[in-house]
Amino acid sequence: MSDPHDWRPSAPLSALRARAQILATIRAFFAERAVLEVETPYLSSAGTTDPHIDSFELRFQGPGPVADHPLWLHTSPEFPMKRLLAAGSGPIYQLGRVFRQGEVGRRHNPEFTLLEWYRPGWDHHQLMDEVEALVQRVLGLASTAAERLSYAQAFQRHLGIDPHYSDSETLQQIAIERDPGVAGLQLERDGWLDLLLTHYIEPHLGVGRPTLLMDYPPSQAALARIRPGEPPVAERFELYIDGLELANGFHELGDAGEQAARFRAEQAARRAAAQPEVAADQRLLAALAAGLPPCAGVALGVDRLVMVALGASSLAEVVAFPLERA
Amino acid sequence: MASYSTNEFKRGLKIMLDGDPYAIIENEFVKPGKGQAFNRVKIRNLKSGRVIERTFKSGDTAEGADVVDVEMQYLYNDGEQWHFMHPETFEQIGADEKTVADAKVWLKEQDICTVTLWNGAPLTVLPPNHTILKVVETEPGIRGDTATGGSKPATLEGGAVVQVPLFINIGDTLKVDTRNGEYLSRAAKE
Repeated sequence: MSDPHDWRPSAPLSALRARAQILATIRAFFAERAVLEVETPYLSSAGTTDPHIDSFELRFQGPGPVADHPLWLHTSPEFPMKRLLAAGSGPIYQLGRVFRQGEVGRRHNPEFTLLEWYRPGWDHHQLMDEVEALVQRVLGLASTAAERLSYAQAFQRHLGIDPHYSDSETLQQIAIERDPGVAGLQLERDGWLDLLLTHYIEPHLGVGRPTLLMDYPPSQAALARIRPGEPPVAERFELYIDGLELANGFHELGDAGEQAARFRAEQAARRAAAQPEVAADQRLLAALAAGLPPCAGVALGVDRLVMVALGASSLAEVVAFPLERA
Repeated sequence: MASYSTNEFKRGLKIMLDGDPYAIIENEFVKPGKGQAFNRVKIRNLKSGRVIERTFKSGDTAEGADVVDVEMQYLYNDGEQWHFMHPETFEQIGADEKTVADAKVWLKEQDICTVTLWNGAPLTVLPPNHTILKVVETEPGIRGDTATGGSKPATLEGGAVVQVPLFINIGDTLKVDTRNGEYLSRAAKE
């Protein structure tokens, strides 16, 4: 299991120095822009209900009212940061570790450093401009603008299909045409979309210049607003560089009733798939009901940003002690 | 045989797929931040040697393949079958030409080989990395020429053809690397 000969960091010290410099650059970037650094709890009495994200569950042994209730390590600081926004904080950012159960690989580690920030009064387009500015600063890119590509355009360009109007069978057929080996997979419509995106589209995104992928199907809105239209789309975006997913942002959903409905739908999906139950964040719902200022927010994976900055191909090259050495 | 969840996938694990045994070469976890997780694995078909890629939904399972590597001593070839013996149980098995495949030219009686068994039947045979074989055919040697660095082909008992230095003669015994067919050195005279 644990091999004491692995005591050395997996990343070279030069990478750890570069990482420290990037953290300093990020803090300077937000200080110049008067965005307040905040810290919210890592351990919380509510977690994420997202069926695709699993949490680490712990127990506080007391004393006090929380004793013997489950607590979850946060998978992102989104909910308490929204409570700060509703309390009038103004623009805020947080740099810290988040934890995700079961995620490990070349591009995944169950704990990783997330940069998350919120801009009251902005929409996702304004926030995408700022994401671009930050990435340019950190990576020292020339001012090549990022490509902004809708989810529909990406599917049209790389697979020749419309992701909003193709049914599950069509998506499955397209996937099987490219790889007959996936014929036996049991996936929902969004699962087939994810398979096509990760296998056949992502590798082409952000090559030569960053790509901002936006306007997701409403079924993948997560915590984004849905813009009515034909088709309706979620005001959500993702940043890709060299095929690597770096950030996910939303024009944030502020409607407490809609948020509660999404929590219920996600909890139902978790139960149907026999996944562990996670308590929905009632304090977030109360904060939304009290009034979240219209805002946009984004979470960016800092370890992956360091990977891109250093041309590394695995997290182990930029993290001192990934899971195998932790 | 047990079945394995994608969580247990790792290099070297043997699994069944479409009726054939495979070994996992590479296992990549692929997951969009807000979406379905997959394991994209590179696997080798242990019958054909062909390497393919396969995508699993994370959490799905694959049946384990009853594939084991056993060290066995090569005994003899009866014209149809190559016979191997387990050095402890003395159990003997025969492998056909398709199974022995590329290994056959390197096999020498008494050598210990790695025989891969699938459900108890031989699937592949791996000769020792280094073996010693006699030269049965080559151009006459150039006496004393150990420095010019030239080479010539030599046929070894078993039939393998390797590039050897110019001073090598018929009847010399050579140490060769069976993985790449390279000459290593002249072995001590028997």
